[in-house]
Amino acid sequence: MAQPAATQTVEPLARTDGWQGIVSDWTSDQRAFKNVPWGKAMMWIFLLSDTFIFSIFLLSYMTVRMSTTVPWPNPSEIFALHIGGSDVPLILIAIMTFVLISSSGTMAMAVNFGYRRDRVKCTVLMLVTAAFGATFVGMQAFEWTKLIVDEGVRPWGNPFGAAQFGSTFFMITGFHGTHVSFGVLFLIIIARKVWRGDFDRATPGFFTSRKGHYEAVEIMGLYWHFVDLVWVFIFAFFYLW
Amino acid sequence: MAHVEGQQHPIAIYLWVWGLLFVFSAFSYLVDYFNLEGMLRWSLILLFMVIKAGLIVAVFMHMRWERLALMYAILVPPVLVLVFVGLMTFESDYTALTRDIFFAPES
Repeated sequence: MAQPAATQTVEPLARTDGWQGIVSDWTSDQRAFKNVPWGKAMMWIFLLSDTFIFSIFLLSYMTVRMSTTVPWPNPSEIFALHIGGSDVPLILIAIMTFVLISSSGTMAMAVNFGYRRDRVKCTVLMLVTAAFGATFVGMQAFEWTKLIVDEGVRPWGNPFGAAQFGSTFFMITGFHGTHVSFGVLFLIIIARKVWRGDFDRATPGFFTSRKGHYEAVEIMGLYWHFVDLVWVFIFAFFYLW
Repeated sequence: MAHVEGQQHPIAIYLWVWGLLFVFSAFSYLVDYFNLEGMLRWSLILLFMVIKAGLIVAVFMHMRWERLALMYAILVPPVLVLVFVGLMTFESDYTALTRDIFFAPES
């Protein structure tokens, strides 16, 4: 990132660490988040707000599950697949988990190769990430179809127990799946820019007209890892609990 | 590239974390597979969940290499969600209690 020289002249002083560092960073003029490009700080703040959204979803799930007098359906049995003559519990969800973790791994490496200016590897790894993401959404579509068509789960009721199971399930996994889908879309857009060399030439973006940098890949990575992070919590609280 | 504001680390660390995430996901799946129950189940689920979340945020999202000003600005506010969890626990216990008293079928 050939940052303009202005950035260097603004911060000639050595930065302090620890609590003094926090105070001096926050009280300094112009930018509180040193070392962090503008877009990355904004993505972190967006992710913080998204954290609250998913927290509220999981909290509402906790509340209805704790307060219902009807037994909660057993996710281990509902999400079992019939393989080789026996029911394997939660197997589809486990595979989905591994797919999403793998996509996070390839994304992390894409960010790394981006900063090394290795356009080919960066593009390929981002496209692999997108493919994993699309696989995840596909498996989720399969899971939803199975639940809705074969087992008759609806947001307002299901044959297994508490009616709130369906409403919270569709809302939480639906919102997460939407995040994954949009992530796939943006992964492809950013991968195309990397491939064309937009970030080597600092080509202005089509929407914001800001000069392109490889930071865009890392910012994309932050979003993608966040989607993986949310799945960790959904997996623990919804499927395993 | 003297003045790069991005994060550059050896690839090996990502592969390590990737492997660890696989291992801990397998562990949490096994918790369900072996049908562990009660406090053991919940504590193991939470433990593996926190480890995985920590690895993702710290290494994949590069948080451990950021300055404290950003770390605290992003990581402290979600902790307050725990207060909300506490509030809603009381609330749902109360709702469950009143439902048990007034609506539960005679048995």
